[in-house]
Amino acid sequence: MGKLIAGWLFLGIFLAATPVRAALNVFACTPEWGALAQELGGERVRIYTATTALQDPHRIEARPSLIARARSADLMVCTGAELEAGWLPLVQQQSGNARIQAGQPGYFEAVSAVSLIEKPDSLDRAQGDVHAAGNPHLHLAPRNVALVASALAERMASLDERDGPYFRERAAAFLERWRQATARWESDGAKLKGMAVVVHHRDLAYLVAWLGLKEAGALEPKPGLPPSTAHLAQLLASTQRQPVEAIVRSAYSDPRPSAWLAERSGIPAVVLPYTVGGTPAAGDLFKLFDDTLARLLEVNR
Amino acid sequence: MIRHLWLVTAFAVAGAALPARAQDAELSQLREELKRLQQRIEDLERRSNAERPEKAERKEKDGTRRTGESAFNPGISLILQGTVARSSLDPETYAISGFAPSGGEVGPAPRGFGLGESELVVSGNIDPYFRGHFVAALTPEDEVEVEEAYVQTLALGQGFTLKGGRFLSGIGYQNEIHQHAWDFQDAPLPYKAFLGGRLNDDAVQLRWVAPTELFFELGTELGRGRAFPDTQRARNGAASWSLFGHLGGDVGAEGAWRAGLSYLRAEPRERAFEDADTLGEAVAQSFSGRSRLWIADVVVKWPKLKLQGEYFVRRERGALAYDDSAQAVPQFGTAFEGAYASRQSGWYAQAVYEFMPRWRAGWRYDRLRHGSVSNAIVDDGLGPTANDFPLLLTAHNPSRSTFMVDWSPTEFSRLRLQLASDRSRAGLTDRQALIQYIHSLGAHGAHRF
Repeated sequence: MGKLIAGWLFLGIFLAATPVRAALNVFACTPEWGALAQELGGERVRIYTATTALQDPHRIEARPSLIARARSADLMVCTGAELEAGWLPLVQQQSGNARIQAGQPGYFEAVSAVSLIEKPDSLDRAQGDVHAAGNPHLHLAPRNVALVASALAERMASLDERDGPYFRERAAAFLERWRQATARWESDGAKLKGMAVVVHHRDLAYLVAWLGLKEAGALEPKPGLPPSTAHLAQLLASTQRQPVEAIVRSAYSDPRPSAWLAERSGIPAVVLPYTVGGTPAAGDLFKLFDDTLARLLEVNR
Repeated sequence: MIRHLWLVTAFAVAGAALPARAQDAELSQLREELKRLQQRIEDLERRSNAERPEKAERKEKDGTRRTGESAFNPGISLILQGTVARSSLDPETYAISGFAPSGGEVGPAPRGFGLGESELVVSGNIDPYFRGHFVAALTPEDEVEVEEAYVQTLALGQGFTLKGGRFLSGIGYQNEIHQHAWDFQDAPLPYKAFLGGRLNDDAVQLRWVAPTELFFELGTELGRGRAFPDTQRARNGAASWSLFGHLGGDVGAEGAWRAGLSYLRAEPRERAFEDADTLGEAVAQSFSGRSRLWIADVVVKWPKLKLQGEYFVRRERGALAYDDSAQAVPQFGTAFEGAYASRQSGWYAQAVYEFMPRWRAGWRYDRLRHGSVSNAIVDDGLGPTANDFPLLLTAHNPSRSTFMVDWSPTEFSRLRLQLASDRSRAGLTDRQALIQYIHSLGAHGAHRF
């Protein structure tokens, strides 16, 4: 028992040595929200992004480094709608950090600011990996990013009152730049309206809806199920009946199914960054959309 | 609005039907009235149009907010599993030679068709301060076991989490992982020999995560000691306690590691088990004393590869009792008691590799070392000899190697083929083969690292 007491005494000393926080510590679940928090917070936030663009957001593990980072976070910025259901609850529970638990001001979900599309009428896992609240890959529509930006800036300001005006000012500037960029993307992207594409997963649904692309099929037979040969063969047959201009997939998806279909159908396969860092050019949120549009326009020409 | 339209029409008709001799002033008055009404209709229309989409949008937003374990219902999931197995030796006679039986469910899967434990998991946040978790296992013998039932704090802060109830202990690595999430159908030999498969005591646990970038966690548990290596007894206060620490971090951009050291201390009283004497007749034996277990564990994971290994050392010191008086024709007919001390160890290492999407293959090697055992009953030379303690005193180092390949169509279902060559029993090799299914339905449970 003596050892036990000594152990906890040691802990107490360790605790007392905890550094004083200077900037708002932000734990971003995905790169797009890390990039957004950086835009809004400037040099007054310290950001840790839990995942990279090349990791499948559905298949993340509650690894020790995430628990360690969540331990000291003031604000957790995640998507919600069960996108992080496989790992985030464990990270929250094991972090011992009361601030970032669900329902606390330190836990921000992007879905709280946006209306989701593709809400399933019925919930049945026989339909694949369906999300009860709707499609959670919401950041690929500029309007949604703007909505999340306003809500997030308010949340950051409420958590750090001293830097509140600074965050609001930056948010206003960001939204203005974002509005101009959106107008540019929409005029450039007008050419893409009606372009028929085959997608890999439902993760590009918001982009498809925003640009008015026509979804001519999906490589996954059901959301979350890897493409099967039978399904690909069916898709190949259907692309011969109706013209398809591109096979698009996100950077993190398995390249083989789209390569398979591209080779046999002659339709170009396009890799989209999906999120910040997905391609070398997609360095921030603006460049994410720039690069996405550039890649689509290239095959549309 | 329709009422207004009728009104306007009525006025219009009235206006049209007015006799030509009506005075100009009257007419202009009516026109004025008509205009005013038209204006009002437009206003009303505009207002109601503006209201309608707003209402619809608000409703939609409310819908999206109901996320996670929604509508106050806890998350419920059910895990179904079962096996078809064959083995060259009868699983009923399974024992680990050289080691005191742990009393847990450590035998291989039953021959033929066998239903595994069906687990019912209910969990959710209780309020802003606590979270509750409950796992009931329905065994194929038609019994219900409470596997876990605990509450855990959410709001202690400063890196502290307090847990109380029955739960899988934080010692070692695999101990905290539920059986359905294991990479092999059964537990490694050291878990079987030293913890009876796993430790899930009725206890309190305090954990603390350091505010460092490197993951550093310390934990302690005080428990009732309801099962092996301890024995349950009426006692005020805690019977067993443990300490554990974990370190962890990333390996490059994709990998992660965790290493840990754990210590478990128990004081079993009359921990009874049955053995056979020289003539093969049943003998009652029991151990009372102090049991100390050290575990070192390490795990390294990449997206497609997982390496895992643990090393166990156990020291036990106390008294051993030997009693064959229950036999019809006992050899001695009296109880013996003598000092007993042992230092035994074991380890396992395993690798699991995803060789193509949804397919994994894994290999595991486990080994136990009989180590040093001193038994005063035998040393005295007055009663039973070493041959009367086949379980405790057979200097046998059990080993096993296991191969598995599994296919997971989705994260909710898994089919596994497992082959093992098991040398748990001295001088005998048990060749085992099994096919296992594990299916989970209901809430999307998160899995531990």
